[in-house]
Amino acid sequence: MERRNFFKKGMTLLTQLGVLSTFAKKAKAETNGYDPSKHYYGMGIQVNKCIGCGKCMEACKEENGVPKEPFYFRTWVERYIIKKDAEVIVQSIDPRIDRIGNSVPENEMMRSFFVPKLCNHCDHPPCVQVCPVGATFKTDDGVILVDSDRCIGCRYCIQACPYGARYLNPVTSTADKCTFCYHRITKGMLPACVEVCPTQARIFGDIKSTASPLTRFKRMFKLHVLKPSLNTDPKVQYADLDGEVR
Amino acid sequence: MNPVNEHLYEMLKQVSGYIYPNEVEFHWSILIVVYPYLTGLVAGAFILASLVKVFKVKQLQPVYRLSMLTALSFMIIAPLPLQLHLGHFERSYEIFLTPNFTSAMAMFGFVYAWYLMVVILLEIWFTYRRDLIRWAETDKPVMKFIHRALALFSKDTSEEGERFDMKAVKFITIIGIPSAFMLHGYVGFIFGSIKANPWWSSVLIPIVFLFSAIVSGIALVMLLYMVVTPLRGEKIEIACVDKMASFLFIAVIIDFSLEMLDFIHRLYQSEESIKILSDLVMNRLFISLGIIQVLLGMIVPLVLILFIKLFRVDEELRKLFYFLAAILIQMGIFATRWNVVMGGQMFSKSFRGLTAYKLEIGGMEGLFMTLALLIAPFFILALLIKILPPWEQQSAQS
Amino acid sequence: MKRLLQKIPDSLLRVGTAFIVFIAAVILVRSLIPASLKNTEEHRKATVEREVAHPVRYAGSEVCADCHEQFELKKKGYHKNLACETCHGVAKEHTENPGDVKPVKNTKREACVLCHIYNPSRPTGFPQINPSIHNPMRLCIECHNPHDPKPQHTPQECQACHAQIARTKAVSSHARLECTTCHTVPEQHKITPRQVRPTIPSDRSFCGKCHAKESKFVGTPKIDLVMHGEKYLCWQCHYPHMPEVE
Repeated sequence: MERRNFFKKGMTLLTQLGVLSTFAKKAKAETNGYDPSKHYYGMGIQVNKCIGCGKCMEACKEENGVPKEPFYFRTWVERYIIKKDAEVIVQSIDPRIDRIGNSVPENEMMRSFFVPKLCNHCDHPPCVQVCPVGATFKTDDGVILVDSDRCIGCRYCIQACPYGARYLNPVTSTADKCTFCYHRITKGMLPACVEVCPTQARIFGDIKSTASPLTRFKRMFKLHVLKPSLNTDPKVQYADLDGEVR
Repeated sequence: MNPVNEHLYEMLKQVSGYIYPNEVEFHWSILIVVYPYLTGLVAGAFILASLVKVFKVKQLQPVYRLSMLTALSFMIIAPLPLQLHLGHFERSYEIFLTPNFTSAMAMFGFVYAWYLMVVILLEIWFTYRRDLIRWAETDKPVMKFIHRALALFSKDTSEEGERFDMKAVKFITIIGIPSAFMLHGYVGFIFGSIKANPWWSSVLIPIVFLFSAIVSGIALVMLLYMVVTPLRGEKIEIACVDKMASFLFIAVIIDFSLEMLDFIHRLYQSEESIKILSDLVMNRLFISLGIIQVLLGMIVPLVLILFIKLFRVDEELRKLFYFLAAILIQMGIFATRWNVVMGGQMFSKSFRGLTAYKLEIGGMEGLFMTLALLIAPFFILALLIKILPPWEQQSAQS
Repeated sequence: MKRLLQKIPDSLLRVGTAFIVFIAAVILVRSLIPASLKNTEEHRKATVEREVAHPVRYAGSEVCADCHEQFELKKKGYHKNLACETCHGVAKEHTENPGDVKPVKNTKREACVLCHIYNPSRPTGFPQINPSIHNPMRLCIECHNPHDPKPQHTPQECQACHAQIARTKAVSSHARLECTTCHTVPEQHKITPRQVRPTIPSDRSFCGKCHAKESKFVGTPKIDLVMHGEKYLCWQCHYPHMPEVE
């Protein structure tokens, strides 16, 4: 097995030069009149609306072909239970295994809620800063993408992401993460997680547009981002976020 | 259950508290522990060598060439663990094609090339040039060619030529010291610049790395000298070992103080991460940090050397103590690298849980590969000693 | 020229030549590598191309309206913001080949229970049931049309919606009090719960009926209304559904 892998990698190396140059040629193809410089994407999350059904996690894996094992997530949902004795219990819900699991008796709970998480598409992304080959980058419309053809799999970006939003795709052996469903949003559709969310806990939109659900969201709520002290400037903003969420 | 992920299901059982779901996989394996360990030895051995040339520490002359060769042989292996752990090592050339200049890791190739080519190789060449010519005169055909080629077919044996060589060596060493500082300080920066990780993110990390590198380098050359000299049937020059031990003593004290400073600083500032970091130290790193790194790797060797300095100890016992101290220090520095690299990954960036690392036995990133990588430099060193005997000059002198 | 060369020591000359050869070789190799491999911009373009080309699997709700009349019904009901594919799964292929590819039609209880099972972490007000007592053996769709879900009859019991409060109260010292003891509930609240709200006690004398020291009521803890926290209404400190003070 090992040896075959080695051989395979060797072959890839040989063909790489050729493959890459064809990609470079393809890059000149048209993008259907979509102009990335006219958009800048962001997401709002209203914590009070999330019911923790896990539909977003399922849809994300379905839409993006993310491996189904519970170690690779582009988006996930955390459940917080703050007990009366101030102990904080966090679980990440797995839509296939434990949907209800109630480890804490209700009369011991002070408050409890669900928090959806995903790549924050930071305006100052630490992952982009550390990538040695420049394989991860910010597009003109503000989305952080990974070039799976050039990522060398050093995982420095995974270490640098404060939010745990990246994983090493076991199929391609390259870093992988949420793309805001780039193939959908460039066609005017919503990201899969936003599309299927039954309670509209997730609001997606264009920061540059003057009137949109995202604009309304930003007008209506006091907003917060995750780990603001790191100055990553996330474009995913939360309403009703609890201080215990990290 | 997919066999590729089987170990991850195993890992799930090791998790305590909450970790982000993507954190179950342990990303930087033991190979990334080996990498800073090896580079540290390079920088340390080089700095030991420069003590002779720049600071004119005469007693260390017998180990000058040995430490240069040690630095070279470890330098050759140092990038290998990095390469081997890549998801796509066949793409590593891209670091040179499209380097991202904001990435500390992208600079590795340049720092490495500079240090290997401009510092170590050049210094060795200028040191050996005249000997190479001399050896070539009496060599058998194959070796004759090797030595002549290595001397770049130079035939200049004049006094001026030699004087220039000495000057060149001194000049390179003066450039080399900051370069060695840069090489290992840079390795520390790879970790220290990750603001997402409170265990790594510290301005002191590059400096701690540097001094632990000096410690490990001196201890390694000391070990090598004490093992190889008797094997050659020569007598260990105790003055030389004494001097090395003195430098080692100072370096360990500085290293120890820096690490204590880092520790106290963190404890006193007691930021958001302090709770999980103390959990980490108490539950996951207690043996490797408390026992191996601090107690066995620093305090015991310090006591041993201090004992020798305070009391009149006869030569045999001194050698034994030095030997013991050097071995303990090697262990301790390896544990230091382990604690930095593994410690930084054993807690969740949610600061709410711990995970563990399970060392594989076989495989690309397993125990055997690690041992192979740690032993390989010694084979290269043996080969180098064969081609470029580091003792020739001394016997000529004596 | 020759004299100049002679001035340079032989060793430096040789090392210098070796270096120049090496650097020339590096420059030569680099220049031989096709420009497309060295151009970060082109790599990024290719990555964007590749991401955009990723196949869409969730078709988005608007398309469904073209063929399916249930869409009109759904638009008016409580599920109006719910995407079709939240329950029916991916449907892009179905839109391209409606005859052969059919989306999921899961009529099992689990499909509805996923979102509507009671979970204390869910936001209050979200309709939740306890599936083991809520008509356990029957399918949800026997009583509720998923495209226009409504309670079968206007709920009579408060706990139909306020399960969490009911459960808490049931084990508290207020267990024997009816909800209506403290709340006046307009009939309209049962139909449009968020628009018309029940009353809550608005003065201290209300609780004082049982808890003031003048009260004739037997067996309740008594306090001096004048002295005891006069600034606040009682329920601003005590949670009436589970009073903290025995």
